[in-house]
Amino acid sequence: MLTCRVIPCLDTTDGRVVKGVRFQHLRDAGAPVELAVRYEGEGADELVLLDVTATTSSRGHALDTVRAIRRVLAIPLTVGGGIRGVADAVAVLEAGADKVAVNTAAYRDPALITALAERFGAQCVTLSIDAAAAGDDWMVVVRAGTENTLRSVVDWARTGEALGAGEILLTSMDRDGTRSGYHLALLQSVASQVGLPVVASGGARTPQDMIAAIAAGADAVLAASMFHDGDTTIAETKQALRTAGVAVRL
Amino acid sequence: MTAIPLGVLDTGSANLASVLAAFCRMGVSPCLVRDADALRRADRLVLPGVGAFGAVMANLRTLGAADALTERITNGRPLLAICLGFQVLGVASAEAPGVAGLGIFSGVTQRYPASVRVPQLGWNSVTPTRADGVVQPGHAFFANSYYLDAADDAWSASYAEHGVRFVAAAERGSQLACQFHPELSGRWGAGLLQRWWARC
Repeated sequence: MLTCRVIPCLDTTDGRVVKGVRFQHLRDAGAPVELAVRYEGEGADELVLLDVTATTSSRGHALDTVRAIRRVLAIPLTVGGGIRGVADAVAVLEAGADKVAVNTAAYRDPALITALAERFGAQCVTLSIDAAAAGDDWMVVVRAGTENTLRSVVDWARTGEALGAGEILLTSMDRDGTRSGYHLALLQSVASQVGLPVVASGGARTPQDMIAAIAAGADAVLAASMFHDGDTTIAETKQALRTAGVAVRL
Repeated sequence: MTAIPLGVLDTGSANLASVLAAFCRMGVSPCLVRDADALRRADRLVLPGVGAFGAVMANLRTLGAADALTERITNGRPLLAICLGFQVLGVASAEAPGVAGLGIFSGVTQRYPASVRVPQLGWNSVTPTRADGVVQPGHAFFANSYYLDAADDAWSASYAEHGVRFVAAAERGSQLACQFHPELSGRWGAGLLQRWWARC
């Protein structure tokens, strides 16, 4: 049976891994290639690499980092940040990505999702959605959280699926970097409304947070601070998941 | 004419870099192959595949590669087919009704049922039906929406489950066709590539 993925996320800028809180106050968290090697060795099921300042600085993704990671990495690599069109996607795929994550550009021009899916297949297209709470609902935010679109997250996720996306990477901006646990109600509402795999992101602190996210419907759990800061290793995390009855690859 | 110990067919799809990197880590220098002549000359051939069934078949026919590919597979020459490269070995796919595959396998690929997440994205456990095959039990990384439910008798199959039981890999001599991605399957995948290489 299909196992639940544990995915470390490397937010990068200028060739370094950084991590902020609610997308702000970025601090240095290490060198991307070293972290990639360490995480694969610890049992990571996939690696996500997000260039977090590419869109706001109007530049493409840093391809050298993608190439350097690909040389050493034998697990899937998803790359996002600054993917504005098919040409940018081709560039990161040629550099070594297995999947591309689109966010702001796909929101502005939803036809991009279809164009990517037709060329590379749905399994290659991750729709990254950043969500901000608004009362009982969640709104899509874009441009690294600097612009609230006032569009419902569930509605956008369903639209993305219809347009050909193959996965939803769902980040709670309110929980990002706060280590206060995933936003379970957000996860539940999206996971129950789409047939695509949903990756939970934003707020993980402990393996228990991940177990709760999986119970809420997540197919994969992503974390950054929790692993970068050495709170726990991926191996320990996966062991804890298995003990709780979650199917994982050990 | 230079020898091509390992040719990787460029079907115009993504993810080639991962396949090339996996062989480079083994100390093998892969060579990208783009025409029927080079495809015939390659000692061992990798048919990678990410994309859509119809687009890849159209590309193979445009390159004049479809017939050359069928010929070398029928002759039992070393082959590694990956993911969509595995699916185009079938006669057809529900993904692209009316488009003919290479017809090496008599099966038609079907879409996974709506009771499970589609695409299947992640690591699934693979169980071989023979003990001494290239494929050993373990977890492999899959990224697919369509599957083949049975392999032809001449091939030894390995199976996995995602809503239904499906063919994870089929092997015959130095020919290995995988629904999963060995190049993305960590140490287990690297071991598989080494065993395949040793069979060729």
